[in-house]
Amino acid sequence: MSYPQADPAAAVVVNELQIRRGKTTVLDGLDFTIGGGAITGLLGPSGSGKTTLMRAIVGVQHISAGSIQVLGHPAGSAALRSKTGHVSQSPSVYPDITVEDNVQYFGALHSMPRSRTDEAIDAVGLRPFAKRKTADLSGGQFSCVSLACALVSRPDVLILDEPTVGLDPVLRVELWEQFAAMAAAGTTLIIPSHVMEEASHCDSLLLLREGRLLAQLTPGKLRELGGTDDLELAFLRLIRSLPKETAA
Amino acid sequence: MNMSMMLATAARVLKQLRHDPRSIGLILVVPALLLAVVYYLFENETLPSGVPRTFDRVGLMMLAIFPFVVMFLVTSITMLRERTSGTLERILTTPIHKVDLLFGYGLAFSIMAALQAGVATAFAYFVFDLEIDGSPGLVILVAVINAVLAVALGLLCSAFASTEFQAVQFMPVVVVPQILLCGLFVARDGMADWLEAISNALPLTYSVDALQEIAANTDATSALWTDLTIIAGCVVVVLILASLTLRRQSR
Repeated sequence: MSYPQADPAAAVVVNELQIRRGKTTVLDGLDFTIGGGAITGLLGPSGSGKTTLMRAIVGVQHISAGSIQVLGHPAGSAALRSKTGHVSQSPSVYPDITVEDNVQYFGALHSMPRSRTDEAIDAVGLRPFAKRKTADLSGGQFSCVSLACALVSRPDVLILDEPTVGLDPVLRVELWEQFAAMAAAGTTLIIPSHVMEEASHCDSLLLLREGRLLAQLTPGKLRELGGTDDLELAFLRLIRSLPKETAA
Repeated sequence: MNMSMMLATAARVLKQLRHDPRSIGLILVVPALLLAVVYYLFENETLPSGVPRTFDRVGLMMLAIFPFVVMFLVTSITMLRERTSGTLERILTTPIHKVDLLFGYGLAFSIMAALQAGVATAFAYFVFDLEIDGSPGLVILVAVINAVLAVALGLLCSAFASTEFQAVQFMPVVVVPQILLCGLFVARDGMADWLEAISNALPLTYSVDALQEIAANTDATSALWTDLTIIAGCVVVVLILASLTLRRQSR
């Protein structure tokens, strides 16, 4: 598969971002840049605002203050609808139609030819199940259908919420190889996760805690700062060492 | 407007239905069965010669009312599922225009409504010998437009429900008053003025009026076309309101 070229300089630029929902401030004063053509992991404990941040980048979450630019356009603008893809953690596909019908429908919404449907199904290893009703698949296969529905449009910016959690090791390796190939071809992948195995595959990591950005660094730097090769332990040490008030 | 995205949406909705044969069965068969009940209710009435059977009046109206009720429910539940499962939000991040999405829904359910109306009308004519002056084609036309109206109302109402339980509760609010006041139980001339005024504002009234026009005249009358225009106008207004409830962004 060949993937479209994105601007390698900066795919996502987040500036002074604040998001309030009702009276709670979910994200506060976020400032960072995500480079194009790379895999960026977004780490943080549950409730740290990962999902909200992803939704804001996709443009489905209203921003209270600050700005998000994706590929040079404000997040959520019409120009981005054909360029971004989002796979949420709970797979948003139609359980009552076949795998093929699902992927084909999302392809049609992006005016993609039929051949793309087959490529996307092959990419997630669901060829033998293409004609099966989506509801009859296993949990892992079900998430792969959702992934295929995003791959079919070949987005420049692809946000994948814990894409390989719960998948078998063989498929997991294959998918990470594909993600790396996509990034090498210019696609920007953003992967919110709290599974360190996924973080180890990322080129750079954003650490989020309580709606604030703790650090932006490579997995190697995280290991170094944490003083251990175990990413999970390094993450825990770092997140505990930084005082809550001065975190930025 | 993007035709292919609209058709893809309609095809997807129909495929979802196809995997649910029991629903298809219920949609197609239930109105005909209910029509049978109406027929046997009035089977033993004694009428002076020349007076039309009650079934010819009530049964005919039922041909418009059944699709109205069924399509309202089917649409509001389907759309609610789309909202709660996250697929609606996902679709709205793609290039599809909201209008194409809603028209796709409208088209898919209109096809189902046409089939339903066809079966029910065929039953009325061939099994129960419905006798009216106008053509059965016009009866089906009214039934279909009426079903499209119900689809539009269902799409709109689904925005105000957050559970399927709530969605079902909109039926007594939106559908039942229209059935009570459309002229089925009491002729509209005989209603209290304020009830007649409400009746004038409800779209189902015009469907029933259209059917009465068809029943009484061999050819399509201008009053029939006026009725159909009013219903079509309501459909457009309700669909526009429904598209306003589709938000690409949540707060």
